[in-house]
Amino acid sequence: MNKDLKNLDEVTIRFAGDSGDGMQLTGMQFTSTTALVGNDLSTLPDFPAEIRAPAGTTFGVSGFQIHFGSTEINTPGDMCDVLVAMNPAALKVNLRSLEDGGIIIANKDGFNEKNLKLAGYQSNPLEDGSLSKYQVHAVAITALTHNALADLGLSNKVIERCKNFFALGMMYWMFTRPLEPTIKWIQEKFKKTPELIEANTRVLKAGYAFGETTEIFAVRYQVKPAPLKPGRYRSITGNEALAWGLIAASVKSGLDLFLGSYPITPASDILHELSKHKNFRVKTFQAEDEIAGITSAIGASYGGAIGVTTTSGPGMALKTEALGLAVMLEVPVVVCNIQRGGPSTGLPTKTEQADLLQAVYGRNSEAPIPVIAANTPADCFFTAFESVKLALKYMTPVILLSDGYVANGAEPWLIPSVNSLPDIAPKFRTDPEGFYPYLRDEKTLARPWAIPGTPGLEHRIGGLEKQHITGNVSYDPENHEFMVKMRQAKVDRIADDIPLAQVEGDQKGDLLVVGWGGTYGAIKTAVDNKRREGRSVSHLHLKYLNPFQKNVGEILYNFKNILVPELNLGQLSKLLRAKYLVPTITLSKVQGLPFKSIEIENKIDELL
Amino acid sequence: MNLVEETLKDAPKTPVQKYTAKDFQSDQDVRWCPGCGDYSILAQVQRVMPDLNIPKHNMVFISGIGCSSRFPYYMDTYGFHGIHGRAPAIATGLKIARPDLSVWVATGDGDGLSIGGNHLIHICRRNLNVKILLFNNQIYGLTKGQYSPTSEFGKVTKSTPYGSVDHPFNPLLVALGAEASFVARTLDRDPKHLQFVIKRAAEHKGTAFIEIYQNCNVFNDGAFFTFTEKDTKDDNVVFIEHEKPLIFGKERDKGIRLEGFTPSVVSLTDGKYSVNDLIVHNEKDTMLSFILARMSSIPNLPRPVGVVYAVERPLYEAEMSRQIHQAIQKQGEGNLEKLLNYGETWVIN
Repeated sequence: MNKDLKNLDEVTIRFAGDSGDGMQLTGMQFTSTTALVGNDLSTLPDFPAEIRAPAGTTFGVSGFQIHFGSTEINTPGDMCDVLVAMNPAALKVNLRSLEDGGIIIANKDGFNEKNLKLAGYQSNPLEDGSLSKYQVHAVAITALTHNALADLGLSNKVIERCKNFFALGMMYWMFTRPLEPTIKWIQEKFKKTPELIEANTRVLKAGYAFGETTEIFAVRYQVKPAPLKPGRYRSITGNEALAWGLIAASVKSGLDLFLGSYPITPASDILHELSKHKNFRVKTFQAEDEIAGITSAIGASYGGAIGVTTTSGPGMALKTEALGLAVMLEVPVVVCNIQRGGPSTGLPTKTEQADLLQAVYGRNSEAPIPVIAANTPADCFFTAFESVKLALKYMTPVILLSDGYVANGAEPWLIPSVNSLPDIAPKFRTDPEGFYPYLRDEKTLARPWAIPGTPGLEHRIGGLEKQHITGNVSYDPENHEFMVKMRQAKVDRIADDIPLAQVEGDQKGDLLVVGWGGTYGAIKTAVDNKRREGRSVSHLHLKYLNPFQKNVGEILYNFKNILVPELNLGQLSKLLRAKYLVPTITLSKVQGLPFKSIEIENKIDELL
Repeated sequence: MNLVEETLKDAPKTPVQKYTAKDFQSDQDVRWCPGCGDYSILAQVQRVMPDLNIPKHNMVFISGIGCSSRFPYYMDTYGFHGIHGRAPAIATGLKIARPDLSVWVATGDGDGLSIGGNHLIHICRRNLNVKILLFNNQIYGLTKGQYSPTSEFGKVTKSTPYGSVDHPFNPLLVALGAEASFVARTLDRDPKHLQFVIKRAAEHKGTAFIEIYQNCNVFNDGAFFTFTEKDTKDDNVVFIEHEKPLIFGKERDKGIRLEGFTPSVVSLTDGKYSVNDLIVHNEKDTMLSFILARMSSIPNLPRPVGVVYAVERPLYEAEMSRQIHQAIQKQGEGNLEKLLNYGETWVIN
């Protein structure tokens, strides 16, 4: 049967189902294939904190959104064009993210009486006309999956588990994607259970063939490759990129990487990833608690390794005292906080940017720590690398801020050549002549790294205040004030070392939108759209939150208004106002969800 | 070879010259209260160190917070005064990163068993080759006299004017319960025994836990005098030695015998029992170690002092190194270019 083939510039699809339906896997497979055909893309996994919430309930719905296109893609998409809903709850939860006129592909078999009731529907929305403003395709996915596997003698449970691949097959057909990459993945994944290779492949193909032959789909779509920079690409998530950035820093510096970490969502994937790479001599230590995570990392750093700990908000709170110790000891430790909704346990699987003030100030006494943030999944690689570099050069703990959105999101990444990465050249002190534990480098104010095992450098350090130069315990009032200022000066000096901040857009104008971390894509999309409309608006995205880059003040003063969109109640705003005495306008969102670019665009419209 | 190995490749692996105790004294003034039991512990550790055949530059003393935790400042080795309770975790990170170092932890009953109890049990179960000296004085000294997790029930202190209603920990049972591979008890006021136990711990391959009865002469003076002073010691302490029967008493006329699982004191002179009826200590006997450790809480039994338990089992850091070694053998040294290009990639022209 002949079907129309339409070209689209960009599409957003959301896969949604029970948390046991394999929606994350389906989404990731669609992502890999889409990356391979050369589209630019951005993803947003959205899953519940419960591993397997009761089936059919709205709080058990797991979703995966992918935005891909033949143009530059910076966000996972504000609204989706296609919603794949495996049951009524998935439809109910996600319908508000679907564009008017959007496509719904629903598993008709999932819309039974029980599931409708669980989702709180009085009548079946697939039949009662309530979805009339959408293009609804109700497909008997479960039944068709059963048919495809009828002769294999598999249990019902196993068959049910394959139905997500039917949906995936249909989407591959609808968006003209090849099946081969997923088939290859299936063969690798189930190499020990050949019957599952057969089953999943068959169902995937059946879904594709269904799209081809059934009359309900009249159109299929084509999204041409995006004009990305030439080179070799891969798809990468934020947490993977972060782990690899740390490994890269280990390779470049010649130091072993040590990770002390306690499992916590959404940071655990970094621990998982690093645990795989033992041939890089990475030592991963799953500690008994968050405090042991960081204190073991401090111990490892003291011994000459790159000590790293990874966590999220509540864990960060527990590490606070040890952060102060690291400040006092002046040892290089990298602390990665993959932020999530809070306070307390909060929203473990949802995103938020509300730990900024905690990172900058959240310790007893004057305990300055450099803070840098990752903007996008791939940017986590460079941010992690940079964190290690600064920690080693300045002998200081460094806090790296990422968030659930950046950590779990994926995007195509132009793989850097190893040679293009900056050098990291740490030095250990070996000469006993004139050695003092707190005698500082004149330029960086860093103290020497004198590791145990070095003859003649035996010395004692600790959390008690240090005497300048000798490092002996000192209660002297003037010395304490001197050292407090010295530790601050050392961190402040980093501003001389880091690249200047770059404005995207005009250097002067009516409005500057200032962001940090994971809001990069949404702000960039919003500002680009408004600039295309001729508005005088520019974008400044701050990677360095402490200290700020030297030219930040100068940039801010060149704009009439400053808008700061943040997934908190205005924490960067506070920092900017305090440091530069400029009025800022906060656009706040604290829903556990990233900004939609339209939300920022609306605010820009309001201000201009 | 990483940068650490490269930097330290010429550093001597054994002492260049024979050390004396004085070589282990740092230039810092010792600031414990005069008469504190910590002085003796410091002196005995300094005396034993020259016998270990380890160069000073390869030794690290790590501590938490409290009087005992000032210990590293006074040793002329590498020293690390950490935060309250966390010394075992700091030591774990250091030992994993640097298995070549001799790592010691100095802690107290508050630091090790209260705020840091979690880290203490986990280092024991993991069996890192770290030596833990727990100074037990049954009181909080540095905060000026509150009861500790080893203070006896009913203890009157500043924070328990009506007597403590806390049941105390038995440190040996905590360590045994956490499956430490070496568990011992010794006395600050018995220098010879203290030296002996420290040396045994140093030679042990694995986490060595030593409870040291230590007198705090300011806030809990005499807490252990029954076990440490000449007049009472012999009748109230049984020194346990591997493969030897449990005999004690001024005239060595009493012994410990098991009735079922319950130890009791028997006379060796009334003709009822002989040496052959007594418990013969076996450091490798797990069940016996619990019985011996339990003796501390049974009235009228002498306190067991000595090496209660010593067995060998795999070292955490060695196992981790083995996995790394195997991964390198199997996959080759990590190659960053390969890692970044691993899996599915595509080229845009």
